[in-house]
Amino acid sequence: MTTAHFQSHYIPNTEREQAEMLATLGLTSIDELFHDIPDEYRNPPLNLPEPLSELEIQRELAGLASKNRSLGSGPSFLGAGSYHHFIPAIVKALMTRGEFLTAYTPYQPEVSQGTLQVIYEFQTLISSLFGMEVANAGMYDGATSLAEGVLMACRVTNRERVAVSDTVSPTYLQVIRTYCQAHGIDIEVVRHWEPEVGDDTACLVVQYPNFYGGLEDLGDFAQLAHGHGALLVVSTDPTACGMLNPPGHYSADIVTGEGQPLGIPTSYGGPYLGLFTCKEQYIRQMPSRLVGRTVDSQGRTGYVLTLQTREQHIRRERATSNICTNEALYALASTIYLAAMGRQGLKQVAELCYHKAHYAASRIESLPGYNLPFQRGPFFQEFVVQCPAPPAEINRKLMERNILGGLDISVPPYSAPLPPDLDKGMLVCVTEMNSKEDIDALVAGLAEFN
Amino acid sequence: MLKGGSRDTGKLLMERSVPGRAGVVAPPLDVPEQPLPDASMLRDDLALPEVSEPEVVQYFTALSQQNFSIDTQFYPLGSCTMKYNPKINDEMAFLPGFAAIHPLQPPDQSQGALELLHTLQEYLGEITGMSGVSLATLAGAHGELAGVLMMRAYHHSRGDTGRIKMAIPDSAHGTNPASAAMAGFEVVTLASDEDGNVDLEALHELVGPDLAGVMITLPSTLGLFDRNIVEVCRIVHEAGGLVYGDGANMNALLGRAKLGDLGFDVIHLNLHKTFSTPHGGGGPGAGPVCCAPILEPYLAAPIVTASANGSGPTYALSNPEQSIGKMSGYHGNFGVLVRAYTYIRTLGDAGIKSISGNAVLNANYLLGALKDIYYLPYDRTCMHEVVLSADWQRARGVSGLDVAKRLLDYGFHAPTMYFPLIVHEALMIEPTESENRYTLDAFIEALRQINRESETDPDMVHHAPHTTPVSRLDEAGAARHPDLRWRPKT
Amino acid sequence: MSPEDRKYTREHEWAKVEDADAKLVSVGITHFAQDELGDIVYFDLPNAGDSVAYMQKMGEVESVKAVSDLFSPVTGRIDAVNSELVDHPELVNDDPFEAGWIMRVVLEDLGELDTLMSANEYDEYTGAS
Repeated sequence: MTTAHFQSHYIPNTEREQAEMLATLGLTSIDELFHDIPDEYRNPPLNLPEPLSELEIQRELAGLASKNRSLGSGPSFLGAGSYHHFIPAIVKALMTRGEFLTAYTPYQPEVSQGTLQVIYEFQTLISSLFGMEVANAGMYDGATSLAEGVLMACRVTNRERVAVSDTVSPTYLQVIRTYCQAHGIDIEVVRHWEPEVGDDTACLVVQYPNFYGGLEDLGDFAQLAHGHGALLVVSTDPTACGMLNPPGHYSADIVTGEGQPLGIPTSYGGPYLGLFTCKEQYIRQMPSRLVGRTVDSQGRTGYVLTLQTREQHIRRERATSNICTNEALYALASTIYLAAMGRQGLKQVAELCYHKAHYAASRIESLPGYNLPFQRGPFFQEFVVQCPAPPAEINRKLMERNILGGLDISVPPYSAPLPPDLDKGMLVCVTEMNSKEDIDALVAGLAEFN
Repeated sequence: MLKGGSRDTGKLLMERSVPGRAGVVAPPLDVPEQPLPDASMLRDDLALPEVSEPEVVQYFTALSQQNFSIDTQFYPLGSCTMKYNPKINDEMAFLPGFAAIHPLQPPDQSQGALELLHTLQEYLGEITGMSGVSLATLAGAHGELAGVLMMRAYHHSRGDTGRIKMAIPDSAHGTNPASAAMAGFEVVTLASDEDGNVDLEALHELVGPDLAGVMITLPSTLGLFDRNIVEVCRIVHEAGGLVYGDGANMNALLGRAKLGDLGFDVIHLNLHKTFSTPHGGGGPGAGPVCCAPILEPYLAAPIVTASANGSGPTYALSNPEQSIGKMSGYHGNFGVLVRAYTYIRTLGDAGIKSISGNAVLNANYLLGALKDIYYLPYDRTCMHEVVLSADWQRARGVSGLDVAKRLLDYGFHAPTMYFPLIVHEALMIEPTESENRYTLDAFIEALRQINRESETDPDMVHHAPHTTPVSRLDEAGAARHPDLRWRPKT
Repeated sequence: MSPEDRKYTREHEWAKVEDADAKLVSVGITHFAQDELGDIVYFDLPNAGDSVAYMQKMGEVESVKAVSDLFSPVTGRIDAVNSELVDHPELVNDDPFEAGWIMRVVLEDLGELDTLMSANEYDEYTGAS
């Protein structure tokens, strides 16, 4: 079947209707509408493949998807900032309703109360989860959220030195460097057991649980930072906050996090959701949108975007950030997730992760040739294993058993802060998705090496 | 639509909470219980709601019904390209082989994802006439930041560190100056001429050894194709500067002109506008950056590269040699990129061109039908959107805001208002290609009716909307005494 | 008509002598300025004890959808800032010339006021006369 004219099923106007509409303008061809484009640049050759029907595109993409190993197809122990958690069916069912999915940013509050009220709920639940006074409507992801937290701390303190603990995610550190490169901000990586903070330090940046899984004493960090007039900026895991005291409990000033564990698929790294909270006193330096509760002209409760003078569409080059579109749909997903999990459910998930990870750690530690260099201190769901062979080699062998092993941290950038004798490190992550059989299979696979 | 009981949205989640209710049942612990950390580390204050699954579904469904959306209303919001979001795109992004893969799993276990990304890089490069593409940026403004950081890196690599200024038209989106400032530039304003093009005289005065470049939106936020654009690029290049292109309005140009051919050095695209991925109430988006060869070494990391071997190409993530660095935690908003790939494959070259053709036709059809009753500040063929002014209605005491709010009563989303800033009482209308003539005619009739109401009953229009769940919220009160979260009553 | 007991700037601030011996003046923004801004929601102001200088930025005023710089009409040291504006910035909308004063400044030289506009000149400048 070939026809000269391709009528896309996404476009209602037929050629005949187009001709009628053109006639109302005194025109005869669509090309005449583009006469402002200089002739030599108009209608360039466009080398794209022929259009596919929906049936064909389904086949093509099913083929591409099948070349990827999905986390559900076998035991998986990879984490490092992106976590495989259970997602209740209602999350997708509700977030893909067209009224949520195909709405724009809620600039017209009268016809956006659904989205606005959801964001208000999101701000309530996230600030509560992190033990903080205020949360914004969300950022792009955990890494950019932390980078914006660093920039905000520099604005609040009017200082330009930043101390980043060496146990902060090495990729998050890279993003902080990207965001700070044009501002003359001095970024120093400091040792987590002895962070150097001075009277010109804007903030101390730590991660809880840290990138290598450990739980450090946030109270000590807060005391140190505050003693020098610096802020404590923390990146945290919202699942861990289901059972552990959150950073707000320790007087952190800005707490950010990756919202992906809250009902968002791993999806090869995005879209995710940046969580951003702070003390109320710093609210005017906060980036991104905020929703507030108010009343309408007849006294009815409603919700609006508020404190917008911080943002780019009003303050332009003096805005607190350039962020506009964020990740509202995934703020919705995480709100539905937290509503469904609730007070008991989130705690149960956190405890499942904790017990399973500690079970896995104790089994692996008992294997000849393996040891857990950091695990004298407490950890949550991730831990470092020093292996008897290069982790990449072990992971290849595990994959022969259809097991996705942990992250190889013997290579840059993950290896940078590690001591020299920790040269075959693997970062293992265990969540509620891993059954005892999965863990035992991992242990059996690892036992092949010694 | 009225709703009673717990389907009424008046109560918030914490007000619906009843101790003992559960929205999920957790699986049992199947390993031996392990010792907990010190009790001082554990929390007992987790204030999350306790609601059952049906209550969650009822509440969020009822909330959704308080939104206007593309699927339920015509949504002609200027510069936002609220076109139909194909359902197949979502279905493909949710395939387990895409949605349930980990960003750090080894490349040999993600070749399908990498192949898709590599092909999408090639498609976007072809559509824009650019040689380098990075998909790593997560929204339009994020792409802008990467793009202007690349301009900075380029100048610095040549020891040209005195270029501290960025020129931005007075009609630009706020993200342009904000992004330039985040990249360390001082913003200088570039005036528009009386036809809405860049004022070449003003440009000549701004270029020089301290100007890093200009940021141009094409078509401009006035919905006009700048007839000076090739000359603008030439003038900037001659003075050693670079030209940034804000791709927010690319829906007008798909297949009609390539920004690379016109002289742009680096641009971003908004996949959540031009390439039909859903806005989701304010994201996620994706803002890929496309650039000319001279800027390729500076692209945001990572990009996807292909290398040939015996059985076909192998794909890998790689970092451009002088990259501005990583812009986000991983490799971009993959789920959005899958949707855009699906869209382009479904359209092909002929379909891509019919997008821009019908988008521009629909906008001009509205222009032609409305310019006798709403003032048209730039009376020339528009591109994908038309900027009208409510100046004539204002004279009768009805503002652009009032017209926009009254449209809600007719079941149409409002246009973008009071933007661009250089047009009084601006109403910026973008119909997109996916609306039919019947809807456009109904919209025209609504605007004609509102114009009549501005004569017969201006007070009624001034207090619109009258049919929505709430009307004219107290934004000043919200900003004076911010109430940003629910708190228990004390 | 703007009150005649004070002087005005082209940036729409006013300055009024409260105590000539102490060189104390109060400072605020005009009716015209608050009307242009619309509903004022926030002031970002310096602290008592800080110095301000003639036509230098002394703070910011925000309405719902705009933000404007405030320029000091005088040079001197701030004696007091109107603390009522923290919770009730709308005072400046309601009563810009009295209850909505912004700060009191001890001047170095009262003669500085002579360079500012009179009420008549200001009203002419804003087209209000």
